[in-house]
Amino acid sequence: MSTTTIDARGSYCPGPLLELIAGLKLISIGDEIEIWSSDQGSVKDIPEWIAKVGHQMGETTEQDGYWSIRIIKSK
Amino acid sequence: MSKRILIVGGGLAGTITANGLCRQLGSALGKGEVSITMLGTTDQHMYQPGLLYIPFGTMREDELFRDQRKVLDRRVNFFVDPASNIDVENNRVETHAGMSFGYDYLVIATGSRIVPEEIPGMAEGAHWFYDLDGARKMRQALEDFDGGKIVVNVNAPHKCPVAPLEISFMLYHHLQKRGLADKTEITYTYPIGRLHALEPVAHWTSAEFDKYGIKSETFFNAKSVDPAAKTIESEEGSTLPYDLLVTIPPHRGAEVIEASDLGAGGWVPTDRHSLNREGSSNVFVVGDTTNIPISKAGSTAHYEADTLIDNLTSLVLEGRTARPYDGKVFCFVETGMDSATYVWFNYETPPNPGPPSKMIHWSKLAYNRLYWLSARGLL
Ligand SMILES: Cc1cc2nc3c(=O)[nH]c(=O)nc-3n(C[C@H](O)[C@H](O)[C@H](O)COP(=O)(O)OP(=O)(O)OC[C@H]3O[C@@H](n4cnc5c(N)ncnc54)[C@H](O)[C@@H]3O)c2cc1C
Repeated sequence: MSTTTIDARGSYCPGPLLELIAGLKLISIGDEIEIWSSDQGSVKDIPEWIAKVGHQMGETTEQDGYWSIRIIKSK
Repeated sequence: MSKRILIVGGGLAGTITANGLCRQLGSALGKGEVSITMLGTTDQHMYQPGLLYIPFGTMREDELFRDQRKVLDRRVNFFVDPASNIDVENNRVETHAGMSFGYDYLVIATGSRIVPEEIPGMAEGAHWFYDLDGARKMRQALEDFDGGKIVVNVNAPHKCPVAPLEISFMLYHHLQKRGLADKTEITYTYPIGRLHALEPVAHWTSAEFDKYGIKSETFFNAKSVDPAAKTIESEEGSTLPYDLLVTIPPHRGAEVIEASDLGAGGWVPTDRHSLNREGSSNVFVVGDTTNIPISKAGSTAHYEADTLIDNLTSLVLEGRTARPYDGKVFCFVETGMDSATYVWFNYETPPNPGPPSKMIHWSKLAYNRLYWLSARGLL
């Protein structure tokens, strides 16, 4: 499994979720994205979309001023 | 020895950069201490925002184009000969015609392109206005349209974050003028849980859509289109029927970026402050083709290019860089037929649009006309 990191800190437009959607199109099933977001809203809206679309959530951790959210592409 | 600056891509970002460098490095260019070369795909420069008006017949095709040679400073050596391979290890770019260009500094400005073929059925079943051929076909499809269901489907990633909203409002007004508004239902779909990436814009859009009866579906990422059944299905499991499907297809960067192994999807990993390609101190990336998580828009290209011009000039003349890029993006947002507002933001400052006004609407119209001055580096 390979991990791609997307640094979406300070991204207001398109923002972390749209960056994640675009990033998932470029990796293979089973691979992981670790996305960094400075928007607390991501902690809610990323899992919400992941549940709708059917990928797998990994760990979410709060870092110094941002969140690291892991997602595994499942389909 | 003379320093060679090579710019790959003659769209907005490459052109502003080339012209700005000519102005700032005028004396060094005159003395032969530096040269500026550009590789492009065509001798015509297209005003992309004008594509929005082609489906409605309110702008002629020839109004979109100017000779690239006339937009560029005379001192730029311009070749219509696209790059086929960019070799950042050996500071060399090969071209389709078999030429090979060495450089001391490279600027990658190859933009982004639509890839409707990545969604099964989309190329056959949908219309779009993000390239000239698509905009022409959409003009014909609109002419033939006599009411029914229109789906405006937005996919990620895409350039120009406001064009999807603008096309929705323009479709409504166009159909109203033709007496078809009552016989038409417009549904707008967006990939995330609101109507636009920028929260204040999403909020405003929601109220405007209600006013015009435009429906919407959020969390909708196109999975496939069935041109025979005339339906579009989303990754999230929803299916919408359509009579006319207008899509903002997903984008990728230029083919040469992937062919040269410079970035997945054609997006070049770029330092968000220095605009250096990650790992190359003499390679810079500007415009849509960076992987920086900000809007792919003309204004972004413009602010990035301004930073790059200052930095490259200082590097060539004094061996130092001048300033970091702060992530600034500026967008006009049309809020009706005769009013507009604007938002700006950067890496540190969130967007905070002011109240719409007629004055801002006129500024936007003026800015459309001023595109060519901006490309020439005069704004
Ligand atoms: C319909 C529409 C409406 C828009 N409206 C707005 C708006 O209102 N406001 C706004 O700010 N932005 C708008 N944009 C977005 C804006 O046009 C782009 O973000 C901007 O042009 C990006 O500049 P760029 O130089 O990075 O890319 P481009 O201007 O696309 O230029 C890239 C250039 O690189 C060339 N190229 C590609 N591959 C090669 C190669 N191998 N060798 C050499 N050259 C190559 C391409 O042919 C192209 O000429 C709109 C875009 C569209 C399509």
